Amino acid sequence: MIRDITLGQYYPTESVLHRLDPRVKLWGTLLYVMSLFLFQSFAGYIVASVFLVSLIIMSHVPVKFMLRGLKAVFVILAVTAVLNVFMTPGRVLVSFWKIKITIEGLRTAAFMVIRLVFLITGSSIMTLTTTPSDLTDGLEKGLGWLKIFRVPVHEIAMMMSIALTFIPVLLEETDRIMKAQQARGADFESGNIIRRAKALVPILVPLFVSAFRRANDLAIAMESRCYRGGEGRTKLNPLKYAMRDYAAHGVLLAYLAAIIAVAVIF
Amino acid sequence: MQIIVNHIDHIYNPGTVFEKKALSDVTFKAEDGEYIGLVGHTGSGKSTLALHLNGLMKPTSGGIYYDGVDIASEGYDLRSLRGKVGLVFQYPEHQLFEEDVFTDVCFGPKNLGLEPEETEQRAYESLKAVGIDDDRFYVSPFDLSGGEKRRAAIAGVLAMKPEVLVLDEPCAGLDPQGREEILSIADSLHEMLGITVIIISHSMDDLAEHVERMLVMHEGKLVMDGPAREVFMHREELESMGLAVPEAQAVLSDLKKMGLPVRDDLITIDEARREILRVFGRQA
Repeated sequence: MIRDITLGQYYPTESVLHRLDPRVKLWGTLLYVMSLFLFQSFAGYIVASVFLVSLIIMSHVPVKFMLRGLKAVFVILAVTAVLNVFMTPGRVLVSFWKIKITIEGLRTAAFMVIRLVFLITGSSIMTLTTTPSDLTDGLEKGLGWLKIFRVPVHEIAMMMSIALTFIPVLLEETDRIMKAQQARGADFESGNIIRRAKALVPILVPLFVSAFRRANDLAIAMESRCYRGGEGRTKLNPLKYAMRDYAAHGVLLAYLAAIIAVAVIF
Repeated sequence: MQIIVNHIDHIYNPGTVFEKKALSDVTFKAEDGEYIGLVGHTGSGKSTLALHLNGLMKPTSGGIYYDGVDIASEGYDLRSLRGKVGLVFQYPEHQLFEEDVFTDVCFGPKNLGLEPEETEQRAYESLKAVGIDDDRFYVSPFDLSGGEKRRAAIAGVLAMKPEVLVLDEPCAGLDPQGREEILSIADSLHEMLGITVIIISHSMDDLAEHVERMLVMHEGKLVMDGPAREVFMHREELESMGLAVPEAQAVLSDLKKMGLPVRDDLITIDEARREILRVFGRQA
């Protein structure tokens, strides 16, 4: 179950999207997410879908694998849909007791869910095609100008990349601790909510202990290599824009133009 | 109690790029009261196999029978199986979580649904069996020394009174004294209580001194199965799999190659010492 979470996971394969400069992908994702809120019309959804589907095809990541990430947010999607269906005023379609379902409600709910699915899938394309270290490199370089305002960009990027690399490590650790406690007869699946919450203690305590131990080990390892932040630090593989990255910028601009056009016309 | 592992395969993440065949057609039978060593290079599938023995993992194909009953069959009580097949993970001290050692050891028997008296009785006996003194019972498990932590964690599994005990790399990261303590606990469990003990390790020296039967895994397959002495006679094969023979035996077979009339089927340091002294005509 724990292995189903694909959000933030990298899928190693070969594609144009994998080779793109991480900065392009970061800006692209930001732009795509914003674009989802620019339009209200049906035509807008078509443009956004076409763009997303072509990205999925270009990424060479199996669709099944990508959609697995949606399972993790199913509850959020369901709650959003239900709230929208029942809370939107408008022309009443069905009504019983105090509950009314409106045509507008159904419409908003459907669009809202599609929007969220697009948002999650869109951003998972970025993480699926970018290694965590590329991603933070991109962030660091892309936000480098914030240093003028004394924002510790390098330190933030470093913290992010450590956090990202620790996610799979800690997931694996959780899996192992769960199995170890199950071997001692622990039961995580039955009982009411309080019993289940209590059953988590034997997992969480060892997990925290191990997270602190790993953090401490890493801190000592970094110190013993004389790590001291971003000032004057150089890169082994500095990021550089290639032809395809400029082309990608072109595509993104074209997409943005199309969305704005659709939003204005319809 | 008898465990039959019948032609099992296990594939991780089937159908994705992460697909990996961890076990491939593994078959063996462990009889009541056997003392078995399971060896293999890192990634050979030995830990995965261990997880199958108490039903924590399910084989992709094939079956596992405990006492003649298929553990994958409908309605099989996996929790009571986990009490009968005790599995001590690698670095078991990482699973300690209670406020004091004694309560932590009680976790297993309590999960089996035993009465408090029985639970505490078992916890007491298990802690004694692994050589932890009474005055250490009520300290935080995090304040124990490395070797003590390891033994307390083993006691946590012993308290479930398993009929089969599987120890995954029980000596990893311990000093020589700690290793010897752990292995002598395994010995006494096997001898005194007559339980089946399976030790997973890649240290041939540790195993040579203790186990009777050896299983060798390589790339997910069970490639050798037999009495320890016979398995160690296949030095070249073992070395081609990235494994070694016990040092004592390596020395003897090198001496034999150099022309000394020594036997090379001896595996413990003590046997080797006697043999070398014998050849030079001295008494041990």
